[in-house]
Amino acid sequence: MTLDVRDVDVELGGTQILDAVSAAVGDGRLVGVVGPNGAGKSTLLRAMNGVVEPVAGSVLVDDEAVHELPSKAASRRIASVPQDTSLGFEFTVRETVEMGRHAHVPRFGSDPDPEAVERAMERAEVAQFADREVTSLSGGEKQRVLLARALAQQAPVLLLDEPTASLDVNHQVRTLELVRGLADDADRAVVAAIHDLDLAARYCDELVLVADGRVLDSGRPEDVLTPEQVREAFDARVAVGTDPATGDPTVTPLPDTEGDLAERVHVLGGGDAATPILRELADAGATVTVGPVSEGSLDHETATRFGFEAVTVPPFSTPDDAAVSRARDLVGAADAVVVAGDAVSWGANETLRDAADAAVVVGDAGPRTVAGARVELVSLVDALAALDVEPEPFAVADGGNVADD
Amino acid sequence: MRAYTRASAWTVGTFLALVAVMLTSATIGPVDIPLDRVALAALDAFAVPSAATFYVTSVVFPAIGDVPWLAVDLAYTSPLDFAVPDQQQLIVGEIRLPRIVLGAVVGAALAVAGTVMQGFFRNPMADPSIIGVSSGAAVGAVTAIAFPLLLPFGIQVSAFAGALVAAFGVYLLATDGGRTPVATLLLAGVAVQTFLGAITSYVIVHSGDSIREAMYWLMGHLHLANWADVELTLPIVVVGSIVLLAYARDLNVLLAGEEDAHTLGVEVERTKQVLLAVSSVVTAAAVSVAGVIGFVGLIVPHVMRLLVGPDHRILLPTSAFAGGAFLVAADTFARAGPAELPVGIVTAFVGAPFFLYLLRNREVHAL
Repeated sequence: MTLDVRDVDVELGGTQILDAVSAAVGDGRLVGVVGPNGAGKSTLLRAMNGVVEPVAGSVLVDDEAVHELPSKAASRRIASVPQDTSLGFEFTVRETVEMGRHAHVPRFGSDPDPEAVERAMERAEVAQFADREVTSLSGGEKQRVLLARALAQQAPVLLLDEPTASLDVNHQVRTLELVRGLADDADRAVVAAIHDLDLAARYCDELVLVADGRVLDSGRPEDVLTPEQVREAFDARVAVGTDPATGDPTVTPLPDTEGDLAERVHVLGGGDAATPILRELADAGATVTVGPVSEGSLDHETATRFGFEAVTVPPFSTPDDAAVSRARDLVGAADAVVVAGDAVSWGANETLRDAADAAVVVGDAGPRTVAGARVELVSLVDALAALDVEPEPFAVADGGNVADD
Repeated sequence: MRAYTRASAWTVGTFLALVAVMLTSATIGPVDIPLDRVALAALDAFAVPSAATFYVTSVVFPAIGDVPWLAVDLAYTSPLDFAVPDQQQLIVGEIRLPRIVLGAVVGAALAVAGTVMQGFFRNPMADPSIIGVSSGAAVGAVTAIAFPLLLPFGIQVSAFAGALVAAFGVYLLATDGGRTPVATLLLAGVAVQTFLGAITSYVIVHSGDSIREAMYWLMGHLHLANWADVELTLPIVVVGSIVLLAYARDLNVLLAGEEDAHTLGVEVERTKQVLLAVSSVVTAAAVSVAGVIGFVGLIVPHVMRLLVGPDHRILLPTSAFAGGAFLVAADTFARAGPAELPVGIVTAFVGAPFFLYLLRNREVHAL
């Protein structure tokens, strides 16, 4: 069973919401639709389940066009879990889940699969409050009731619109574990719009990054969630790293305090000495290159998160000639070089520093708490700005004081 | 199965309550007749159609002339014959029962239509006349009363036609590109009701000597009830209610919202058309024989929803029987006093305070 979205255009009230969107979801796959608010994630799901009619393109479930099927037939193929629903009337959980059987039960007759409702409730872990009224449940429980209702439809394609919205951390993980398990069941393709990029990356096999009604990229989470693409889609500064616990990409939003430092700065570090400097330079808006640094070191990790170009050397080894020569090119291209004080003597740093037109050494032997570093490094930015006006060959700062002349 | 048992119990229970209210009502009047005698007389009055004669007649339409019309005459036989004094048999069978049965049918019709409208609009303030049915019927009836030459089809036919024209008009006004948004329908209904209310007032102002009859019609009445009214109304209400009951599950799913209903396999627009059309016809049948009787269609579905829950498979039949019982009881009050009251006054007089009581007890929010 596959869900195939081909070049779908959707207009709502005369405004184009989706523009030539394509996506494919196969058996046992969990595909996350990610993107900023208003990008068209929900509309894409509504086009998939037939609620919204595309003006061009088609949505196919095993080569059958969803929009040409009667709604009964469509609902046996695609089940949807809405983001929120007016469960205002006091139906019990069981009655609500029974509504998922609507397309299977004849108008005059009984359910051909009388156990379907119980099974769906078991699977979505809501059987224990089957006879309670839905309005008395918490947000996470309601979400699972809607999931059970969708499971009762016994459709091979399952769509979820923001299943974790407004849930606490525990329920977010619980819901997504459940959804992950549903995708692993045979013959089920699952699509979920998820606003939390970390959770999306962690649970989805593939991501579809949507922005402005277009698919920016789709594929494996680590390929899709690059700092550049996330920045383009969300218009926000992010750092992308790897979660040490799960190995999945993590996306950390950064405060939007980016300065207008136009300089290109090369940072000499090595292990973890340059990390606070890199953070500060990223905030200042500089174009930053780094290296050489040890692969897998904190400096390397931080540079990757910010999308900075870095020259790396294998762990526990000194830079070879090739690395030094590449770093020298970067130093040559930079307007200024910043040396992390602790790392002045590491590798070829001293040589590289001497090759620079202007250099700042920061934080030599000073306390390197984050707060402490920040105090120093704000003045680092000032120092760099000053360097730009009146280039000085050496400005050495130690003990936390940056000399700016 | 549990739900099924519960549905059956409530349905049978409310039906028995309706029968009890009807029989009790038949004992009340200027002549006291004991309950056992009333029951036997009612069984005697029970009749089934035994023969039907079809014949062609004609109806005079203004500007068109005679239009041939197929009419049917039904012959009835009573299978039962208990010994009841003739005078009591006459009072129960020909005077009290037609009015009581019509009251039950009208009450049931209004309650069923009100239940459907509240579910359809997902709004506990909806009632059967929300899309202009009663206002349309009022214009038709009042015009036929005040200007019989203008609408020479009789009050009931004019009211019925007016009701359906108004409902269909509201539907057309609110429909665009094959979609009928519920909110638009609600607003179009309010506007059309106001407009038709103006016409009704205008006609009443110029109705001269017939003003009393027109006002009486508008307030809701059952005092002119006869078996012919029952013959006209009962089949429409029964068939319509059965159709609506067949759509009870769709109505449940629609409560979750139209998009959800669509993804769950309901043909939303077609279902809405069926629900609107059938409940409008049912309401029109009731209003055209009994006038505008308020509050039955609002209160009864409310109360029943509090008692049996929101599942329309239970709510529809129980509301029907409870609506019938409520209107029969109200009409018994209306006719038992020293002077006959229009029953619409009684339902509103009892219904409104009861509604406020519910509101104050915060039970209404639970709907």
